Amino acid sequence: MRFTLSLGLILGLAVASPALAANGDQWPLKSMSWSFDGPLGTYNRADLQHGFQVYKEVCSACHSLNRIAFHNLSEPGGPSFTDVQMKAIAAAYQIDAGPNDKGETVDDKGNPLKRSGTPADHFPAPFANEEAARTANGGALPPDLSLIVKARVGGPDYVYSILTGFHEKTPAGFKVTPNKYFNPYFIGWNISMPPPLTDGQVTFVDGAPNKIADEAYAVVTFLAWASEPHLEDRHRIGVGVMIFLIVLSGLLYLSYRQVWKDTPH
Amino acid sequence: MSGPSTYVPQTGFTRWLDSRLPILRFSHDTMMTFPTPRNLNFWYAFGAILTFCLAVQIVTGIVLAMHYVPNANMAFDSVENIMRDVNYGWLLRYVHANGASMFFLAVYIHMFRGLYYGSYKAPREVLWILGVIIYLLMVMTAFMGYVLPWGQMSFWAATVITNLFSSLDQLVPHLGTTIATWLWGDFAVGDATLNRFFSLHYLLPFVIAGVVGLHIWALHVPGNNNPLGIDVKGPQDTVPFHPYYTAKDAFYVGLFAILFAYLVFFAPDFVGNPDNYIPANPLVTPADIVPEWYLLPFYAMLRSIPQKLIGVLVLGGAIVTLAFIPWLDTSRVRSNRFRPLMKQFFWLFVLDCLLLGYCGDLSVDAVRFGIPMVWVARLGTAYYYAFFWVIMPVVGLIETPKPLPDSIAKSVLGNPAAAPAE
Repeated sequence: MRFTLSLGLILGLAVASPALAANGDQWPLKSMSWSFDGPLGTYNRADLQHGFQVYKEVCSACHSLNRIAFHNLSEPGGPSFTDVQMKAIAAAYQIDAGPNDKGETVDDKGNPLKRSGTPADHFPAPFANEEAARTANGGALPPDLSLIVKARVGGPDYVYSILTGFHEKTPAGFKVTPNKYFNPYFIGWNISMPPPLTDGQVTFVDGAPNKIADEAYAVVTFLAWASEPHLEDRHRIGVGVMIFLIVLSGLLYLSYRQVWKDTPH
Repeated sequence: MSGPSTYVPQTGFTRWLDSRLPILRFSHDTMMTFPTPRNLNFWYAFGAILTFCLAVQIVTGIVLAMHYVPNANMAFDSVENIMRDVNYGWLLRYVHANGASMFFLAVYIHMFRGLYYGSYKAPREVLWILGVIIYLLMVMTAFMGYVLPWGQMSFWAATVITNLFSSLDQLVPHLGTTIATWLWGDFAVGDATLNRFFSLHYLLPFVIAGVVGLHIWALHVPGNNNPLGIDVKGPQDTVPFHPYYTAKDAFYVGLFAILFAYLVFFAPDFVGNPDNYIPANPLVTPADIVPEWYLLPFYAMLRSIPQKLIGVLVLGGAIVTLAFIPWLDTSRVRSNRFRPLMKQFFWLFVLDCLLLGYCGDLSVDAVRFGIPMVWVARLGTAYYYAFFWVIMPVVGLIETPKPLPDSIAKSVLGNPAAAPAE
């Protein structure tokens, strides 16, 4: 889509959207300003930590975050929890520990063997497998969130629009499918996910505002980091590389002019 | 053209080596003293830029292959592992993925430059055809590389493109299906397909490097064409490749690298498709299956033809046509600078390619300004073919070219007597 737009501009063609939006057509996404936008963007630390709390207390009930390990939470460029905080977060999770050295996967009572999480562990998934996830969610599969911001057209704006897009008035003539919810930012408008956030649902430890918009903004920042954990490295190195290349090209230009000085061409 | 060698070995060792393997003499003659027209402009820097691109792709690709796992169950995870846990893996992958786009950007400019200045005309037909072969190899390599991350778009692009062969069933029953099954190594795109694509994706760049060697060899026999399209008449028309063009090309490679780096560091997913961050799922078809931007014009041609086999032939013919250009152009004049009529058709052709690319990015049933875009794509396809098969032969016969300058030196200096002794 971004490419359609840019190519359209090159050709001087307006990419006109149909004049009349039909029921089910995705609404234009809310265009937000993000701390990680632009060549110098970095993730806002407070948003990352708040966003982690929203993921942990709300999203993780249904959505996995398979590609993120606990140690990532204290790495530079991320939420920057201290090592002590990160280890405490990890230890609060129960990780499958079977089989033990006797080959057992369950304890005396028949419960699966578990142990506390360590920094090397990844976030445990809420469901054992896809079938269990679908059964618990009316047939729909809550997607893994590790790459969600990069895997959707519109990126962070899309995820933010979805999270804050419930509670819109259903347009006349549109009937919401049973067991689905109306969300005009979702293609087709029928989304299986119930409205996940409410005002004041997550109480941030530092008492930061916690309206739906605040919670959504924070968790989208956290998920953007989860999708692109090396963004800050990339931006920092990129600035250095650009300066280097511009200086280098300047010197190359001077040597080019010097070589050709007395040679008409 | 290059004339007798002027290389003189300076030390005992180089004299000894020169009489056994004259590799230093060869390098000296081809990369240092090689006489090059003095009037080559910016558009001639893309040969050096493309060499740079090929080197970048091979170097980053070799390191990526150390971490990548060509297995349908692990490929996507291994790419994410490169992005997250391999030291500077994100940098390698973004350079490699955007490097493909930069490579095609450069090759398209290089090809349009060759078209504009008539660089395909005698005595450079073989040089041009080798270029078409390199382009074809690049397309194959890029396509197979796009499949390797095994995301949704990888998987479905592989499915759509390999299924094109099954259209041959309309000619000989089962022929196409048999070929498709043979390509897949299975009865659908799967693990076997991914493995062979990885193997070939690693092999073909070295084949490209080999054909590039032939391409440069074929360049060094007649020597460079130039913006005037007239032959070099003598030493007053040329400068030695080094330092003149090494210095000039290096500057333009620097500028190209700035654009390249901007994409890698500040917009690494700009040319990518978000769907490719979703792991491949044979049971879920994406709403729109689109190739990378550099193949969109051909994709538009394919989709604009309702009959599948004809569509495939039109797609293939569009590339094969390029190999016939040296004989389709009937003009005696090479450069469009002196071809007032052809110049207009040329720029129309450039716009046509951009328009086809735009159509290829839209869904098949898209309507813009009340016009069904599939018809725009059909017109665009018709112009693409007409440009080569009708306009080129006819315009060459009816057009009155502007008078050509006597020589490069005269054109550059106005007064040949003023030419400094080289």
